[in-house]
Amino acid sequence: MILILWSIAILAGTGLAALLAGRKAPAMATGLGTIGTVVGGWTGLFGAASAWLGGAPGGIHWEWSLPVGALDLQLDSLSAFFILPILGLAMPAAIYGGESWKAWEKEKNLGAAWFFHNLLVAAMVLVVVAGNAVVFLMAWEIMALAAYFLVVFKDEKPAVREAGWSCLVATHWGTAFLVVLFLLMGQAAGSLDFHQWRMAGLETSGQTGWFFVLALIGFGATAGFLPLAGWLPEAHPAAPSHISALMSGVMIQTGIYGLVRLLACLGEPAPWWGWVLVAIGLTSGILGSWLALAQQDLKRLLAYSSVENTGIVALGLGLGLIGISAQAPVVAILGFSGALFHVVNHAIFKGLLFLGAGSVGHGTGTQDMERLGGLLQRMPWTGAAFLAGAAASCGLPPCNGFLSKLLILMGAFTGLATLELRWLAPLLATLAGLGLIGGLAAVGFTKVFGIVFLGEPRSAEADRATEAGPARRAMMGLLAIGCLAGGLFGSALLHFVTPILQILVKAPAEILELNLAGAARSLSMVFYGFLALLTLALALAALRRRLLAGRSVTRQPTWDGGYAQPVLRRQYTGSSFVQPLTHWFAGLLPPERRLKAPSGWFPAGVARATELPDCGRQKRFRPWFAALHRGLAAIRLRPSGGAPFQVLWITATLLVLLIWKLR
Amino acid sequence: MTLILDLLPRFALWFVLAPLLPGIINKVKAWVAGRRGPPVLQLYYDLARLWRKGVVLSTLASPGFVFGPAVAWVAVMGAALLLPLGPAGGAPGFRGDMLVLIYLLALARFGTAWAAMETGSAFEGMGVAREVSYAVLAEAALITAMLALCVQTGSTSLAAMLAPAAGADAALLAAGLFVVLLAENCRVPFDDPNTHLELTMIHEVMVLDHSGPPLAVILHGASVKLLLFALLLTEAVLPVGKLAPGVAAAALAGGVLAVTVGAGLVESLLARLAFRRVPLLLTTAFLLCLFALLMAWKGGA
Repeated sequence: MILILWSIAILAGTGLAALLAGRKAPAMATGLGTIGTVVGGWTGLFGAASAWLGGAPGGIHWEWSLPVGALDLQLDSLSAFFILPILGLAMPAAIYGGESWKAWEKEKNLGAAWFFHNLLVAAMVLVVVAGNAVVFLMAWEIMALAAYFLVVFKDEKPAVREAGWSCLVATHWGTAFLVVLFLLMGQAAGSLDFHQWRMAGLETSGQTGWFFVLALIGFGATAGFLPLAGWLPEAHPAAPSHISALMSGVMIQTGIYGLVRLLACLGEPAPWWGWVLVAIGLTSGILGSWLALAQQDLKRLLAYSSVENTGIVALGLGLGLIGISAQAPVVAILGFSGALFHVVNHAIFKGLLFLGAGSVGHGTGTQDMERLGGLLQRMPWTGAAFLAGAAASCGLPPCNGFLSKLLILMGAFTGLATLELRWLAPLLATLAGLGLIGGLAAVGFTKVFGIVFLGEPRSAEADRATEAGPARRAMMGLLAIGCLAGGLFGSALLHFVTPILQILVKAPAEILELNLAGAARSLSMVFYGFLALLTLALALAALRRRLLAGRSVTRQPTWDGGYAQPVLRRQYTGSSFVQPLTHWFAGLLPPERRLKAPSGWFPAGVARATELPDCGRQKRFRPWFAALHRGLAAIRLRPSGGAPFQVLWITATLLVLLIWKLR
Repeated sequence: MTLILDLLPRFALWFVLAPLLPGIINKVKAWVAGRRGPPVLQLYYDLARLWRKGVVLSTLASPGFVFGPAVAWVAVMGAALLLPLGPAGGAPGFRGDMLVLIYLLALARFGTAWAAMETGSAFEGMGVAREVSYAVLAEAALITAMLALCVQTGSTSLAAMLAPAAGADAALLAAGLFVVLLAENCRVPFDDPNTHLELTMIHEVMVLDHSGPPLAVILHGASVKLLLFALLLTEAVLPVGKLAPGVAAAALAGGVLAVTVGAGLVESLLARLAFRRVPLLLTTAFLLCLFALLMAWKGGA
């Protein structure tokens, strides 16, 4: 535990130092920020690993002068588990950022940027070790604000400011519900400490259903459940890429952490909880992957893919809850462990993909897929790393995304084969949904990789693309290796989740171990299978090399239906690539079509645009906020004397409150 | 070690027998049309000829252009090795191996699509777009069919799932899986392997720019995939696990032959579907599998 404290202190301290170094020495600020993150990251990782392997949960309890609770930090296996992806991704992202932010040294105050960066990382660690609702909310708030300031890094663009606003609204929307939730739970349990909540036997209070719903809304906004996920596709494209990687890879997963922590506190789940989570997972997963494949902006597509992946995590959690309700520990174990694995896997591959998108944006100056193409030859390192990330994101073997999906699918299959008829609907929906999500994600990422990296460049910028610098290449390579290694060696890591499962599934350790061993056996078979296939592929490559050694290997232009001089613009575009699917599923969310038809004797211009509407777009929140503002303005007292009168009003209100309290 | 000794003959069997199927289909088509047609072993000759040739690569192609088909072939072979071979049983059976099979097929598709997109050809882009779009629906139907088998037998490993006969739902399941077979292997009514117009091709257009040994690998992989689906369909319907080894082997061979001839007949007697009607047929296949699943559930409950 003390190592975690050190980690937070190092992160915050170096951030502060970077802020002070500020404008005068941007290189020093960068150094401080990067080194601080790496040192703090390793310290925290060691702390988390020792707590996990040692098995003994550590904690710190300091009384403080605030009226509620105490400064209570707890490091149990669940916290340690979430610290791993947070710090594990923060370090490569920071090193990447150290190089990519160099271009901004003249224009921006990098000191402030690094301050907020390190603060964001520290706050995320603090969120998962908070042992008390007040500490949690404070850390949550720091995290939200730091993220906001990082999103608006390029604040000279109106779109970026708009995105920052979305981010702020979404996180605070969630916080509002969380405050209510924590107050209600505190009242029911008589304490604001999380471990007291676990002991308090909240299920007897009869309110746990409400708590669950509040937690879903509160944490769901950050986690990116549709329809609350509207901020993701706004904020991620606007933020600098390594920040998007951090936010999309791990910050949204703090929402999942919150939900899991709450589930651990709430005791026996009601049967409908699992149904609700499966429904949410399906909506987010299917709509997320469907909206993703239709996007034209690379980072926006990745943001929607994050919505999809949160959906998969929710499906796993829902399956776990169903397993508990149906008294089928196997199903619960497979569901929960699949969800937890997917959190880590998603952090790795989505972090990688955002870093790759950042390199593409940096090398070409655009994120518009219709202007890219042929980048694999110009940016081979980025391309290869992106390929690993894309394959993992589709859940293709042998990458890590496959393992977590396999666990969830196995859970659902086992449930179908063993459970009673009344669980048919959610299990069937999970399976069919995961199948559909997988198919749609495969289309989406085939499109991304095909359009961005293969073929010919679609614009001059793409033609002149330059490869990212050495540090960035190394970090992307590291994460790409993580994608492959996670897929190959995941089975060995499976039994590490037992302590967390013990928190969630109230079953004896032997039963958990036994069931996990079954799943681990399957996964290790998969591992050997992949090893064999890999050997086969290598043998094939060697064979081909030998085979073609003495033969003619010539280069010719691509066969293009007999045209001798193919035109660049005839290359298939991203929109045409997904047209069959957007057409088939138009009933799901009808695309908005705008047509400027030719008119008059001499028509001057014709235009046609197609856009997929997003049900969670923040624009749709605007009218609500405006209405709220108008409503509150009506009851607001209007002191005419400016600031002094306002202070007077505040003082008067406080006085009245004090008198009321002392009454 | 025993596992490897078990796998090697299986590998050889798949490797050698698979190219027979397209030959049979072509023979059936020729027979219905009243032609003599190419010899049944034509694909073997083609493969041998391609294997000896040199290669012409697109100027745009990176090493991935050759690597993609290799990945696809290896993935399809891996999926084939997972499938139990009737009397010989399943080789490395484990819980959830049918999911690995489905995902390996998805990997194979990704490999082919990757190589096709390398060339930057509009036609190949179109082929990939169609292939992956069909796959979304076909995969859902395949997963549902697997589910029906899984519910019926209470097991999630292929060897146990495919051993007994499909119950009352056999007809539904067979029809659904047959449509999936046609779609996944790009046969009529989804695609016409004999077409000569790039605009209308799907699988053929994706491999337009390949030549020599890589093309041989692609063609061989496609035939293995066809055999895989034919065998899956046969084993799902026939009680191969309950028969004596000799009978089971004969039943399997007969079943695969029947499925192949069926595919040839469909190809001779039906025209291609209009592109916009394709989702309808695939959804029908999905619904057939879904009804099979519901029947399996009803029978088990």
